[in-house]
Amino acid sequence: MNKLLFGRYIPQDSFVHHMDPRAKLVLSFLYVIVIFFANNWWIYLLMTVVALLSIWASKINFKLFVDGILPLIWIIAFTMLIQVFFGTGGHLYWQWGIFSVTSLGILNAAYIFVRFTLIILISTLLTLSTSPIQISDAIESLLKPLEKVHFPVYEVALMLSIALRFVPTLMDETESIMNAQRARGVDFGTGNIVQRIKKIIPILIPLFVSAFNRAEDLATAMEARGYQGGAGRTKYRLLKWGIRDTIATLIYLLMTVVVFALRFF
Amino acid sequence: MAITFKSVSYTYQPNTPFEFHALNEISTKIEDGSFTALIGHTGSGKSTFLQHLNALLKPTSGTVLIEDATITHETSNKNLKPLRKKVGIVFQFPEKQLFADTVKKDIAFGPENFGSTPEEAGKLAKKMIELVGLPVSLLDRSPFELSGGQMRRVAIAGVLAMQPNVLVLDEPTAGLDPSGRQEIMHLFTSLQQSQHFTIVLVTHQMEDVANYANHVIVMEHGKIVKEGRPREVFADVEWLHDKQLDVPASTEFAFEMVKRGFHFDKLPLTEQELADDIAAMFKRRRRSNE
Ligand SMILES: Nc1ncnc2c1ncn2[C@@H]1O[C@H](COP(=O)(O)OP(=O)(O)OP(=O)(O)O)[C@@H](O)[C@H]1O
Ligand SMILES: [Mg+2]
Repeated sequence: MNKLLFGRYIPQDSFVHHMDPRAKLVLSFLYVIVIFFANNWWIYLLMTVVALLSIWASKINFKLFVDGILPLIWIIAFTMLIQVFFGTGGHLYWQWGIFSVTSLGILNAAYIFVRFTLIILISTLLTLSTSPIQISDAIESLLKPLEKVHFPVYEVALMLSIALRFVPTLMDETESIMNAQRARGVDFGTGNIVQRIKKIIPILIPLFVSAFNRAEDLATAMEARGYQGGAGRTKYRLLKWGIRDTIATLIYLLMTVVVFALRFF
Repeated sequence: MAITFKSVSYTYQPNTPFEFHALNEISTKIEDGSFTALIGHTGSGKSTFLQHLNALLKPTSGTVLIEDATITHETSNKNLKPLRKKVGIVFQFPEKQLFADTVKKDIAFGPENFGSTPEEAGKLAKKMIELVGLPVSLLDRSPFELSGGQMRRVAIAGVLAMQPNVLVLDEPTAGLDPSGRQEIMHLFTSLQQSQHFTIVLVTHQMEDVANYANHVIVMEHGKIVKEGRPREVFADVEWLHDKQLDVPASTEFAFEMVKRGFHFDKLPLTEQELADDIAAMFKRRRRSNE
């Protein structure tokens, strides 16, 4: 469980860390969209360079990004295999019933591998360099226009940031409950499927009880401190667009333009 | 049942930026039938130490000898069950582990996991709930309807029902009222004496250490910085204060008197000793005045 990189913020003093989270969020989305337009190696090369440059600018150890990819390696491999055996077009190397291995199939599989890897790298960069609270601040700020259509932006953002805040807490709690049940003789990870499901009950129930208690305590504590919700609340953490964000945006826009040029002309 | 630590180190999340060395080269022995108290500032590694006592955690380096089982970082997770039956752990805030729909089922959970039949386990549940000082009528209630203190006792009963040889207690009385605290501590000592339990207790209550323990381990930053009988450990009041640890109130009282020029042959640990010492002091003074 500790291997999971989701929500793992790694504080650093770097270009990327000091960027406005809104810029990081939007640029990451832009990157993921643009990569779906990639159809030749020049584009992939360019996008790899941009990804590596962004990672370099975050000063985060590259090994952590590799750790982020490893858990997903089977999904990537599976998708590639499907491409290799079901892809059609180009030179035919081998065929057996509905299975065929063609040059285009192999090429597509290679593209998929690079595409997957790059998407994971960029999204890992976002979560490693941006604390959950910054991400939810950014989402709130970006959703602000929706207030016009009476979308409860503030409430949604609050829910999101509380949920994100409690992910690590609940993970620790799970761990300590599992330990307590292990000490009472539960052997997790043995037995048939029915037995295994039964063993989850002694974890889930205490976890729910404590999550509900926590939620109730939190609500009481917020009310006791005069919490009132959206309107009129000022912010402690202000989002500020800076020169770094402009630079990064320009680089990513340039990349987008070049990618489209390479693809369509 | 003795448990021996040989230069045990433990690292949380090794090889990540979150790496944390929680135990550093710990060597000590928990003697069979002893009452060991583990004290130390918050974050000093006490709970980490405890989880090595039944192989919930395995040392990153070094070995733990639990009776005749040797635990190293290579020990497989299989076959640990017999060991976990022998070493029962009551965790910090054990009421968090309650899950069953009745108190009875919750207490019977441990014994059933270790192979008791439901009838045996049910009998044990009845015996244990009386032992921890709760009415038998609670057995059919939901554990979630009980008060915090009652839940704590049910959780303790659940561990006692496993009939372990070693009882490990992580701040079992934190948050209980004073009389509840005393009752629970009395229960543990009487168990130790009547059934030859070995007890390991983590506590911030130095009175409990003075009253019940015969072996004290002081931890700081994942190391054992002092170890010995309570009298030896509490002899150096200033050193303990320096480690942000208390001494029993009676010792503190005597220590303040020493500062004001009174003399104690050895610092008292309990109220009884303090009272005796002061009485003796007055007697001596009266005699020298006469
Ligand atoms: N899962 C974990 N991952 C990383 N570090 C941890 C983990 N669990 C504990 N630690 C760290 O190890 C150190 C020792 O923790 P431990 O729980 O053993 O302390 P303790 O002496 O029991 O403290 P307390 O008196 O507050 O219960 C702490 O600094 C804690 O931050
Ligand atoms: Mg602890």
